[in-house]
Parts: sequence; C-alpha cells; structure tokens
Amino acid sequence: MKISFETVEYVAGLARLNLSEKEKEMMVVSMSGILEYMDKLNSLDTEGVKPLEHVEPMSNVFRKDVVAESFDRDSILANAPDKEEGAFRVPKIVE
Amino acid sequence: MRRIKKRVLLESQKLLSKVNFLNIGKLTIKEAADALQNKEISVIELTEKFFDRIDNIDDKINAYVSICRKQALADAAEAQALINEGGGGIMTGIPMAVKDNICTETIETTCASKMLGNFKPPYTATAIEKLRNDGAVLLGKANLDEFAMGSSTENSYIKNTRNPWDVNRVPGGSSGGSAAAVASGQALFALGSDTGGSIRQPAAFCGIVGLKPTYGTVSRYGLVAFASSLDQIGPLTKTVEDSAIVLNSISGKDPKDATSIDSGIADYTEGIKRGVKGMKIGIPRQYLSGEIAVGVRNKIEAAIDSYEKMGAVCEETSLDLADYAIAAYYIISSAEASSNLARYDGVKYGFRSSNYKNLLDLYKNTRSEGFGAEVKRRIMLGTYVLSSGYYDAYYKKALQIRTLIKNEFDGLFKKYNCILGPTTPTTAYKIGEKTDNPLEMYLGDVFTVSVNIAGIPAISIPCGNDESGLPVGMQLIGSAFSEKTLFQAAYAYEREHPFAIAPEVQA
Repeated sequence: MKISFETVEYVAGLARLNLSEKEKEMMVVSMSGILEYMDKLNSLDTEGVKPLEHVEPMSNVFRKDVVAESFDRDSILANAPDKEEGAFRVPKIVE
Repeated sequence: MRRIKKRVLLESQKLLSKVNFLNIGKLTIKEAADALQNKEISVIELTEKFFDRIDNIDDKINAYVSICRKQALADAAEAQALINEGGGGIMTGIPMAVKDNICTETIETTCASKMLGNFKPPYTATAIEKLRNDGAVLLGKANLDEFAMGSSTENSYIKNTRNPWDVNRVPGGSSGGSAAAVASGQALFALGSDTGGSIRQPAAFCGIVGLKPTYGTVSRYGLVAFASSLDQIGPLTKTVEDSAIVLNSISGKDPKDATSIDSGIADYTEGIKRGVKGMKIGIPRQYLSGEIAVGVRNKIEAAIDSYEKMGAVCEETSLDLADYAIAAYYIISSAEASSNLARYDGVKYGFRSSNYKNLLDLYKNTRSEGFGAEVKRRIMLGTYVLSSGYYDAYYKKALQIRTLIKNEFDGLFKKYNCILGPTTPTTAYKIGEKTDNPLEMYLGDVFTVSVNIAGIPAISIPCGNDESGLPVGMQLIGSAFSEKTLFQAAYAYEREHPFAIAPEVQA
C-alpha cells in the first residue's frame, strides 16, 4: 500500500518523532515500497487462523511474593540526563 | 655457506613468530582451555596476546567499540589463581567479545546508537554473568547495527566494521562486530543476538559458526530489547564444539526472564560425534531456487552430497510459506520495536536533546536527534502497522501467518531430523552496496527470519568459499530444543571439511 505525506506526518506524531521535510519525503518512498511488498500477505487466506503472539505455550509466570533487594536509588539515577533531590528532573508539566 | 645458514635462521625465526601470531587467530576454546590447564600459557599471557592483536589489527577491522583492558587483566589474574589451585573449568580464562547491546555493569553499553552513547548499565546481563562465573574474560564490546536493526553493521552510529576476508565488504549484521572479532582472531568467541538472523548471517559472511538457540534457552535479561518475542542471545565461534561449549555456559532458566526455559539438557557437547548415519534431512526446494547466487547454490549442493556420503538421507521437500516470512517478520519485529523503543524519551537514561521548551518537545527532539535513519524507519513502520485501521490488515495478519509458518515447520519435523539450506542468498557484499534500498537489505534475510518466527533453533556453519574466495554459510534448522541434533549434524560436516580461517589481516 502506498502511503501519503500526511500519513507519514500523522504516524511520526504517534511515534513522537520530528521528521524534517526531507526525512518525510524519504519515508513516504521507503515505507510505501516496504508496505507494498508486505501486501503479498493478502494473497494468503487466513480466515479462522488464530494469531500467534508468542511461541511459548505459557501464560502467567509468578514468583513468590516476598520482599527482595532492588537497585539503590543512586545507581538508577546515575544515568539520568537531569536529576534533582533523588528524582528525575523534567520540564514543568502542570501550570 | 655461513651467510645461507644465517638467512635460514632468520627465516625460521620469522616463521616462528608468524606461527605464534597465527595460532592466536586459529585457536579454539577447546585448545586454549587445554593449554591453560596444562600451564603451557597463563591466562594473563593469553589475554595480553589478544590485546596485542587488537592493538595491531582492529583499526583495519573495527570489530570493537570499546575495550575493557583493566577489568580483563584483573579477571585474568583471578582465573589464573583458580587454575593454580587446580580448579576452573573449560571456560576459565577464555577471552571473549560481547555485542554492545548486551548490558555490562559500569561498562558502556551503547547499542551503537547516539541514544545510548554514554549509558553505563547498573547491572550485567545474565548470559554474561554466567560466562564470567565460569571464568571467561571479557575483552571488550563489539560493534553492531544500531539497536541490532540491520544486516550489514552499516547502521552503527559509531563506525563501519569490515569483513576480515575482504575489508571492502560488510561483515554482515547485526552482530557484525562479534563475527568479525572471532573471524579475525581478536576473541576466542563472541556473544551476539539474533532477532531475524543477526547471529547466523554475519557468521556466514565471516566464515564462522553462529547459533540461534531455541527461544527461551538463553535468558534475555540484560539484552536491550528489539523484538521481545523473537530476540535470543547466542554464540559465535570458530567450531561447532566451541558453540556447544558456550551454550552449556549461557543456557538455563533465569528468574529474571519469565520467558526463559529449563531445556533439561545438561551437556550440549554430549553425543556430538555420533555422526549422521540414518539421519533424515529435508531440503526445502524454495531454499535452492529463486534469487540465490550460483556460488552459494553450488556449495550447498556439494554439502548435500557430502551428507549423503556420510550416510544421511537427504530429501527434497517444500516450505510453501517461505516466501511470506520476510513480510510477516518485518511487520512483527517492527511492531514490537516501536513499542520497546518508546522507552527512549530522554528522561531516565541515555541521550537528551538540549533543545526543548516543554515535555513533548523533549520527547520528540530527543528521539529525533538520538535515533538513526533505519531505527526511525522501523519505529515508523511498527507504529503504522499497529495503528487503528491498519492493525488487522498488517499486524494481526502477520501473527496469523506466524501460526501457519510454525505449523508448517512442525509438520516437517515429523518427517525430518533437521532442515538444510543456505544461510544467505549471497556471500558478503561491498560496503555501501545496499544502503540506499532498505527493502533489498531486508530481502537478504529470506532464509533466516522464519526460524525466529517459529522460535526454533538454527546453526550456520561454513561450507567452503565462492568463486571470489568469500565464505558460504550453510544453515541447519531443527525443532524446538533440538540443538544437540544440530550440533551432531554440523560436527559431522566440520569433521569432513575442516573450516578455513580468514586470511591474516595485514597490520
């Protein structure tokens, strides 16, 4: 399926990406080519076939509900681009 | 007379040092472990020999993105102490490389992305932890396609890795650094990750052995997620036996990965030398027709003859859905990637754009500046196929076809012990040859992706070289948890056709 410039803009918004005009144009071409190739799946009849999300026949995996050691705050914050008083720092989100 | 004698002496000295140098390139885990246990060489000497080699040739190959010399020498000393006490096992003191999307505590784990350029994980992946507990020595981290998305390692943000057989060609990908490190003798083995062929394809291009284990065999804890239902860590080695030795170390159930499974196999090397007499091998006709290079086809056909001579029963069969696997794979893997990579938002770790006014800006600019072109394309594709209105047509359809592909393999394994074919349709191509056409790059994964879709194991082993002298990879595919059968079949071929190593890289 060919996709439009507008669709690329819409999907980029959903994916939280800012694409330049040139990137968008390139994305229209490459994504259209790939999606057209993927359309070959439509030639297979899959009526009534169960989708397979995962190959393992397992459902829930539980552990015992006991307190265990977890990472200390400093090691988790060590990679933070910005932090303050033991917390991640982000721009103000409420007025 | 005297002059001649002197020259002979000089030549022989030169030869001796050359042999010494080459031996490191040829050495296997098995041989190194014997030499270490017999005290022919110390772990520190061995480790230093590898660092010397890295210093000498890696600027030609670019296999490594970082080196951990200090830690490695400390680990080597510890391993030697263990050997001196009469302890240690086969992995004690064995130098390794690890793909840089597998986490190492306090050592940068970049995924070859600007996004994780300075990321130092607070923990180590279970697979590496297990190897280090067994005494293996981490030399450094190996290059890859950014976030393991690619088939040539050209999508690395850091550098291009080169194929040791021809430095103008790609090493394959995405575990291209791991494969090139082993093939050029810069590590005794390496860990890679395989989502759609990322261990097997570079192993094929570099003329070494690459194993994608059954999904769940190796814990994914600490493997930076690309497509969680397809990703699996596995070994890249020079020989089949080495592959089994590494799998012994890294496999097993891990409470930190709910999808990991105890396969119940205690020793993957057991029975490896049994041969293939009476083994039934299926050859899907789709794997030897269509867009496959003549040089590859010839070698695979010769390998089939060889298996028949060894007593295996080879039979042509059909994988009708082979032609649909690429489309299904790129839908499923991109969908999972778009979800997994949503975590890179510039808040908790990794790169943050300096250009933002509010939180949405911060997210968008961080992601736009931090990800490379291919990663953005996969995120876009994945977001698109999961979006309202297209979910059923693409994502659900691909998952239905996944069911059909798995069923088709299940049917084949009722008749055959394993499936044989080429790992890749061509040998290694030139750097830059396929970078302009992503779809063409994707189509190169035609023989490897269906294995991940079905969650089954497959091994790529060298089976000679094409007319340009480049290695050809043969793939053996088995049913879930049949790694021992694959090792047995691969070992039989290797015994008849010992693998060649890459020509010496000129320092």
